[in-house]
This record gives sequence, structure tokens and C-alpha cells, in this order.
Amino acid sequence: MADIDIQHLANLSQLDLKSAEIAMVRQDLDRIIAMVDQMQAVDTENVKPLAHPLDARQRLRQDEVTEEVDRDLYQRGAPATEDGLYLVPRVVE
Amino acid sequence: MHADSSLIELANGLKNRTFSSLELTNAYLSAIDESQDELNAFITVTADIARAQAKAADERLAAGDAPALCGVPLAYKDIFCTEGVATTCGSRMLENFIAPYTATAIARLNDAGAVMLGKTNLDEFAMGSSNENSYFGSVANPWDPSRVPGGSSGGSACAVAAGLAPAALGTDTGGSIRQPAAFCGVSGLKPTYGRVSRYGMVAFASSLDQGGVFARGAADIAMVLGHMAGFDPRDSTSADQTDDWLTACRSQPPSAASQGRIGIPKQYFVDLGVTDASMQNACRTLEAAGFTLVDVSVPHVDAAIACYYIIAGAEASTNLSRYDGVRFGHRCEDPQSLDDLYRRSRSEGFGAEVKRRILTGTYALSVGYYDAYYLKAQKIRRLIQQDFLDAFADVDLIIAPTTPDVAFKRGDLVDDPVAMYQQDIYTIPASLAGLPAMSIPCGQHQGLPLGMQLIGPHFAERTLLETAAAFQQLTDFHQLRPEPTA
Repeated sequence: MADIDIQHLANLSQLDLKSAEIAMVRQDLDRIIAMVDQMQAVDTENVKPLAHPLDARQRLRQDEVTEEVDRDLYQRGAPATEDGLYLVPRVVE
Repeated sequence: MHADSSLIELANGLKNRTFSSLELTNAYLSAIDESQDELNAFITVTADIARAQAKAADERLAAGDAPALCGVPLAYKDIFCTEGVATTCGSRMLENFIAPYTATAIARLNDAGAVMLGKTNLDEFAMGSSNENSYFGSVANPWDPSRVPGGSSGGSACAVAAGLAPAALGTDTGGSIRQPAAFCGVSGLKPTYGRVSRYGMVAFASSLDQGGVFARGAADIAMVLGHMAGFDPRDSTSADQTDDWLTACRSQPPSAASQGRIGIPKQYFVDLGVTDASMQNACRTLEAAGFTLVDVSVPHVDAAIACYYIIAGAEASTNLSRYDGVRFGHRCEDPQSLDDLYRRSRSEGFGAEVKRRILTGTYALSVGYYDAYYLKAQKIRRLIQQDFLDAFADVDLIIAPTTPDVAFKRGDLVDDPVAMYQQDIYTIPASLAGLPAMSIPCGQHQGLPLGMQLIGPHFAERTLLETAAAFQQLTDFHQLRPEPTA
């Protein structure tokens, strides 16, 4: 098993891990990955991956408007809004 | 009035006007209130809504021609969105989230006149097997408050066991209905994937998540399922499946089966430990009732836990990327940049287990590991499903234990995620295969309940419910109740 780069995973996951947490996460992930590595013993030659338990295809619908968008209602739970816009820290100076 | 009655008995009492929905609702609200300090089964109690719904139900009942479920109080796992009511998913991330719409499953129960008592406690984002991962505190097992109720739908299982609701909704991704049902001595059904709409159910692992029901017995479950199941155009993976027998369950309990071929998978019946006596008893009971027991084999289930924690982790890491501190949910104080906003909001909003699953899933999906983990897991998932489909060529359903042991002590497994994951060993295979499965009480060990699992072919909930009904006519394990606490 390769040495897991916890900091890289945290970056991809947009999570901040404190240095004490990193040691704990490394220990947990090492154990979890060792457990899931049991999979490698299973012969899966020529087996088709299963992505949906009923092998269903994406259903299509008529191209008709079925939902009213109530922006005020949906923004009621937003941390910060102004004039119908979501506020975030400045991205471009 | 309520504590010793089944949901169907209560529905009949309401229909016959023996008591009103408001009286019944108030009795449950008092019971919940008295239990909260010790059991912590609820995150939100919706007393005002419950009383208003109960009064409306009483008017419908007085007018006649009300659905059978009209006026029956229910509890909903706090993963189902309920318009105007906090929907926390057991997470700090959603502590202040007021759902702007209602989940389809609950909307249908509302239409039938059901009364919402409140939202039950759960492991954060339904990730856990003990309810110890809830931001709102863990739940006690009413049979022994020093033990866990199971998870993730532990609050719902606890509520039904402790007489705080005659039935409750849960969700099951890898066992989150069946395992707590077994630990709390109640019945719990995870329907076929796609049977119950996922619209308005906070997503954990979308190819596995399925809503279901807890109640005392199979007949109670059938009535609730009959009202909430069915095709929903708002859920892209909803199954377009209509069954007349299920519609009939809204008012008519399923009959008890008197025959059928039940498969005993040898991989599940190795070293049964404390569940051995009750499983052997259950098999003998079913055989004496006219069922035929047949040995079957599901050879790939040994890889199921490994396969599940890759697939569920991968889907969770994707689903939970929506929590960014921008549109809803927790936002950190005084973010310095967009990245800082994302990272601190997520790090503060998610608990340790959720972070572990996100990191595991991200690992499985990252460059260089995708084929070895995610794709490999999807292939094993097909092998496991094929094992079951092959077995069902010969049998109508499969019997298995639900859990390896009785409910464990609170705190015992919190520091060992892999040992915690092993708790799901018997429930995960049916989840991966998308099969309906239910847990019903089948015995006790040292005064604590044990459950057995019935697993059926896709959309064969009828076989499960009718077999469970037969077992529950012959046994009274589902009638056993914990001593009232305090």
C-alpha cells in the first residue's frame, strides 16, 4: 500500500486538517485502506461494473417547465445575500 | 391509550372514534417529552404542527372516508426535508437549515392525514452504526441506556421501541434501518432501491440510499409503505413500479404466507455466536409453518464491506461537495478568501466520521487509484448482485442474521472505525444488490433483542412482508417491550 498523502486528499476535499488531526486521519485511513484492499483478491476479469442496482438508464422527460423558481424562498437559508445574489469574499481584485 | 397498541390498532381506534387524533398525538408528545433527557431520540419535536395536523385529521375522520393512516402520529428521521421545519441531518453543517420544501415520501403521508411528531436523531449525514456521530448527542437504547440503539436511523428505532411513535421513517444505505431495528427489538424494512422516492432525502450515497419504515410488526410497516411508496418524477432513479397489492396495503394488512422456499446462505451462517440459538429457532419455526429451507451460496459477500466503503465513500465525497458555505448551511466567521470560506466552513461543519468518509472517497476517486478502488468495487458489486440473483432462481427469499451481536456499549467502538464498519457485515450485501430486506425481532440474548433478516428479489417486498407476518403470528418477539425508563 502506497503512503497516503493526507494533505493532498485534504486539499482535494477542501478540508483543513490540524496537525494533530492529520496523524489521526492517517492512522484511520491506513486501517480503512488495508481493509478495502481485501477487494484485490477477488477475480473481476471480464466483469462489467455495476453503477446502478437496477441497471436503469437515465429517464428523459418532456421539455416543459414544471418548477417555479422561488429565489427569495431558497435564499432565506443562505449565509449572506444581497439583491438576490450570494455574497462571497472578493475573488478578483 | 397508545403505548401497547400497534399502528393498525391505533388506526382502527381513530376510525371508530374510540379516541381522537389530538388525544393520541398529545399522549405521544408527552411520552416524547418525558423520554428526551434519557433517550435523546428526537432532534426536533414539532408539537404545534402535530396538534394542527391532528385537529385537521379529526375533522377528516369525522367527515368519513379518510385514508386508514389519517390521524396516526409518525416520527421522521431528520434526513427527510420538511418545509418550514429544521432539517439538520444530525450535522452542525445544517444546524440552522430550514427546509424550503417537503420530501415526496412525507408529502404523501401528509396527504394521507398522518401527523408529524418530530424529527428523529441520526448519525451525521446517516454515516454510522451507533448514532454516536450525531452533532446533537447520541441516542440511548431503550432496552439498556448504556448501549447504542444502532445507526444511522437510531432515533427512529429507539422511538418505536420506547413507545414514542407507532411507526417511524428511516433511511438505509448499508443497514441503517435493519441494524437499529435489530438492536431495538422492532421491525424495519428497507425497500427495493427506487421503491421510495429519494426526493427531499438528504443524499449520502445516491446509488444505495433508500427510505423505509420502522414499526412493531409487518402489517404496520405495510400500511405506511403503501402510502409513501411509488413512482416520483422528481427522483431520477425512482422505479416506475406500481403494485396493486401494495396499494391495497394502505387499508388491508398483508396476509400471512403459509409456504415458500427460504434460502440459507452458508456464508452468513458461519460462527453465528450469540445469534446462533435464535437463528436456529427461527428456521425451525418457519419450517414447522410450512416453509422449505434450502442451502444457497452467495460466494462474493466476503468482499461486501470493502466494496461498500469504497462506493459509499466515493458517492459521499461527491454528494457532500455541495456544502460550501455559500448557498445554505454553515459558514465560517470572517472568511479571508473563497478557498478559506470553503475550507473552514466544511472543516467546522462536518464531524470526524463524515470527514473520514469524504477523504476515503476522495482517495478512491483520485488519479491513479480509480481503477484499483472505485472501478474494482463496482465490478465486485455486480458479482455480489449476481450471487443473489442466482440464488433467487431457486428460492423465494433468503434468511440471515441482521447483526453479529446484540447492541454494543456506547463508546466501545468509537475509536476504531474499521471495527465499527464490521457491524454492517450482514446488511451491506443486500444494499449493494439493491434488494429489499427487512429485520424482524427473532429472540433475545441476556435481555437484549436480536433480529433476523429476510432478503428478497427486487420488488418482492410482498414476499418479505407476508413471510414476516407468518413468523409474527407464530412468535411474540415483536411484542416484547423494554421496561419504561425512569
